[in-house]
Amino acid sequence: MLTERLYTSKYSFFDKLLAIDYFLIFIVIMIGAVSVFAIHSTEGGEFSYYTKNHLIRLVAFFVMFLFLSFIKITFWYRNAYIFYFICLFLLIIVLLFGITASGSKRWINLYFLNLQPSELMKIAIIVCFARYYHKIQSADIQSYRFLLIPITLIIIPCYLVIAQPDLGTSILIAGSGIVVIWLAGLNIKYFVYSGLLLLVSFPFVVSILKPYQKSRILTFFNPDRDPLGAGYQIIQSKIAIGSGGFFGKGYLKGTQSYLEFLPEKHTDFIFTLFSEEFGFLGSIILLLLYILLIYRVISTGFIVRSFFAKLYCFGFASAIFLYVFVNISMVLGLLPIVGAPLPIMSYGGSSMLSIMLGLSIVMSCRIYSQDQISKY
Amino acid sequence: MHNRASSVQKGRVISRRLFILTAAKLLLFAGITSRLYSLQISDREKYEILSDKNRIREWKTPPQRGLITDFYNKILADNDRVFQVHLSLDEIQNFDQIIFRLKNIINLSNNEIRKIYKTKEKLKPWDTLVASDNLDWSEFSKLNLYLHELEGVKPVVSSSRYYPYANNLVHIVGYVGQASIKDIERMEAIRENLVPGLKVGKSGIEYSNEKLLIGKYGIKRYEVNSSGKRISQLEHIKESQGSEIKTTIDLEVQKFAQELLKGQAGSICAMDIYTGEIIAMASSPTYDPNKFTHGINHKDWNEIRDNPLKPLVNKSIAGLYSPGSTLKPLVALAALEFGTIDPERAIECKGHKHPYELYGVKYHCWKKHGHGYMRLRNAIKQSCDTYFYETARLLGVDKLSIIAKRYGLGSNILKDIYFDEKKGVVPNTQWKKNAMGKSWYLGETVINGIGQGYIQTTPLQLCLMTAQIANGGYKIKPHILYDENINIENTKLEIAKQFTNDSLLGSSNTKENYLEEREYQLYERLYKNSQNINFVKDAMFGSTNEQYGTSYKSRYEDPKYQFAGKTGTSQVKRITEVERKLDLKQSQIEYKNRDHALYIAFAPYKDPRYSISVLIEHGGSGSRAAAPLANKLIKKIIDRHGIREQTRKANLTLA
Repeated sequence: MLTERLYTSKYSFFDKLLAIDYFLIFIVIMIGAVSVFAIHSTEGGEFSYYTKNHLIRLVAFFVMFLFLSFIKITFWYRNAYIFYFICLFLLIIVLLFGITASGSKRWINLYFLNLQPSELMKIAIIVCFARYYHKIQSADIQSYRFLLIPITLIIIPCYLVIAQPDLGTSILIAGSGIVVIWLAGLNIKYFVYSGLLLLVSFPFVVSILKPYQKSRILTFFNPDRDPLGAGYQIIQSKIAIGSGGFFGKGYLKGTQSYLEFLPEKHTDFIFTLFSEEFGFLGSIILLLLYILLIYRVISTGFIVRSFFAKLYCFGFASAIFLYVFVNISMVLGLLPIVGAPLPIMSYGGSSMLSIMLGLSIVMSCRIYSQDQISKY
Repeated sequence: MHNRASSVQKGRVISRRLFILTAAKLLLFAGITSRLYSLQISDREKYEILSDKNRIREWKTPPQRGLITDFYNKILADNDRVFQVHLSLDEIQNFDQIIFRLKNIINLSNNEIRKIYKTKEKLKPWDTLVASDNLDWSEFSKLNLYLHELEGVKPVVSSSRYYPYANNLVHIVGYVGQASIKDIERMEAIRENLVPGLKVGKSGIEYSNEKLLIGKYGIKRYEVNSSGKRISQLEHIKESQGSEIKTTIDLEVQKFAQELLKGQAGSICAMDIYTGEIIAMASSPTYDPNKFTHGINHKDWNEIRDNPLKPLVNKSIAGLYSPGSTLKPLVALAALEFGTIDPERAIECKGHKHPYELYGVKYHCWKKHGHGYMRLRNAIKQSCDTYFYETARLLGVDKLSIIAKRYGLGSNILKDIYFDEKKGVVPNTQWKKNAMGKSWYLGETVINGIGQGYIQTTPLQLCLMTAQIANGGYKIKPHILYDENINIENTKLEIAKQFTNDSLLGSSNTKENYLEEREYQLYERLYKNSQNINFVKDAMFGSTNEQYGTSYKSRYEDPKYQFAGKTGTSQVKRITEVERKLDLKQSQIEYKNRDHALYIAFAPYKDPRYSISVLIEHGGSGSRAAAPLANKLIKKIIDRHGIREQTRKANLTLA
């Protein structure tokens, strides 16, 4: 028993189908449908470039999600580190041969898709850490030796992503990693100390940031500092959301986006557009959909037997929360504008790919929930 | 089983940690929800306004000015169609190129182009620039032909002020011009209605009644995108027209009066002696107000400004003249009212060889050989200066000034409409002390008796004075804006009631309060004894209708037109002994030193209704230069009396 590393139960195809979380799929379809309407609205109700692309990607990655769900969870366990290092390798490739757009180098041209490896890294780091903490003894978690590795594994990709430069994704990568460490049970004092350290070092961090990043952070504290420059986005976003009211201005009637007052309305500010047109009611419903999504992922974490799967599910659920929270807080003016997409809603292939990939691993955890991965 | 223990331990930890994390997540989601609530529900209105401010931009359209009409609703100030070129700056890609193209199509001068560039600097990038506001039809149609290649250029049919009777009413109606900073500061209504190219009143009724005339601007609301480009028109609130202003002027009489003054500098005023309605108020020379509407050019402006006859001055209210002998009826009235002289007392006028003398100073009568023995009626009729030297000496300047002020001299009449109106001077001892710091000389009283010296009046004041004598001595309020509340029947009734009251109760004006200067109410009696008024009116009748009267030549035999008047010839310059000996004719004297000719009259003599005053600057003698004009004007006014009364009745029944 001890010699066996992996226990794989026998599942009939019917068992697998039965184990699928249809509720989760339903939620994903719901959010996906909302996203198509939102993107459709950004084009003023025309079914053209963005809507078409978004719909194709949504369908393609959704199908991919369903297929990848049947990959055994042990596969992900076995290849966790390889997955992480492939992503790291891709980040280095980006740094050397990446495509530059609007001042940052984030993409690799794959012909059918411009891949953004930093988005994949958001998932890879969770898988990687889940395996890492699965393997080590609970007593070792608190030791410095075992803490050094995950910190290094966070710092390297974060540095590469900041260098692109892409502060938002880098924060999300770091956040995802830290959440897994937290769930694994690292002593709270470490979090408190590093939190304090961050607070103290904040002015120094700001001073080494790029000018546009610095101005975004300063603008966050006072949007009226430069209402036509750095503060413009957040001011216009707040106007759009606020003017939506309880019921919203109605589908395709969001004047702020239709008259081009809203920046980045396809990507980071998609929630603003949605909220302007569907109001408080629509926004709360969308938030509920995300909460349900997170709830379903967490609930999967409770039925799986292996620690790896549990850690992954809880970690990924928290990561989804982090993505949603950072994006919405940003457009509501609660956080600085750092550039983070809203899962599924935002236009963008790589972010869609990563979220679907992440969900497919969750689904695989559920289908193969009885699989045990024991440490020798 | 170390592994198992570790796994259990890890499982416990992860559950606890997840619990904490989930609590934190819910807290943060609650934070997001409350933020949404505050933005979309609490502060919704604020953000809605901001959103509208973002997307909606307003363009004001100019208000339509109210019309000004005469008593018969003939339009004196109209709105005419004009063709304009507007440039929407937000739609123009290459401004220089558009101007270059326009220049070739509508003949813009270099000067105009300079102006366009200057205006453009002051405007916002989405404003409209009025490139030309008075195109002729051929230019306008040519512009429409090329329009497809001129993006942002808009041909606009707009309205602008037009005065159909150009020169005849400029002093009454006034004119309009581009709103200046001063105009904008002057009035809220102008600020509110301010659009590029707004025209506002610059003088006369146009200026003083701006608030009524200006109307209300229109609004065109457009939805614009973030770069200010118009997407769609949301709303068009049409501009509204200002109120119509009806005057008491009779256009026909006014035109006729203006015609009579042609070629001379002077004024003619005509007034209803009961209602106080001003029927005509002509001033000469005059100018064309239409020239000011689109900005007057330098040549025309210099011509008007440098004209020595001063066309810009409204002589009826802003021209000050010595009344000369036209004051004599008032001097006589004052002397009778105060009981200073017995009208039957005879005074000898001996001619230039033996002039009237006071303290060694000689005062000459105008008549070289003298009038001989004169009584008061004859002295008015033949305008004997010597008689009035003595009368004035006995009366004293202070008593004369009380009566002169009571009958309308020395105070403003239409100041609320014509801000350039002058009060003139009715001197007395106190006035001289205040104005010059010197005491009064008796010699000054003497010449005051014949309307010379310090006394200064406007022609309209003389007309009012005549009216208040002619109506039997009752206070009236002259006005030029039609007032439908003034009913002629009521007015006459009011006066008749006052008269009978006074006859029954005897004189309520005791000598003491009669001496007081005070405000008189509308239709209040101004006299002490109505017989004195009648005496003066009768003497004026003599002056016009009896042989040896000074205006005998200008009389009418027909009682319908028969009028009573008084001539006046006021000296501009003191006559020296040498000049008196030369006995020059007026035509031999330099123009600016010639006498002003004056005439006052009321008509018809039996049951009078109208009073007039005529003044010809440097016209020579009143009987020769002014009285004949009065003769013609009175006929015109009386001929139109019937139609005026009919119109008045029609107006009343309409109202």
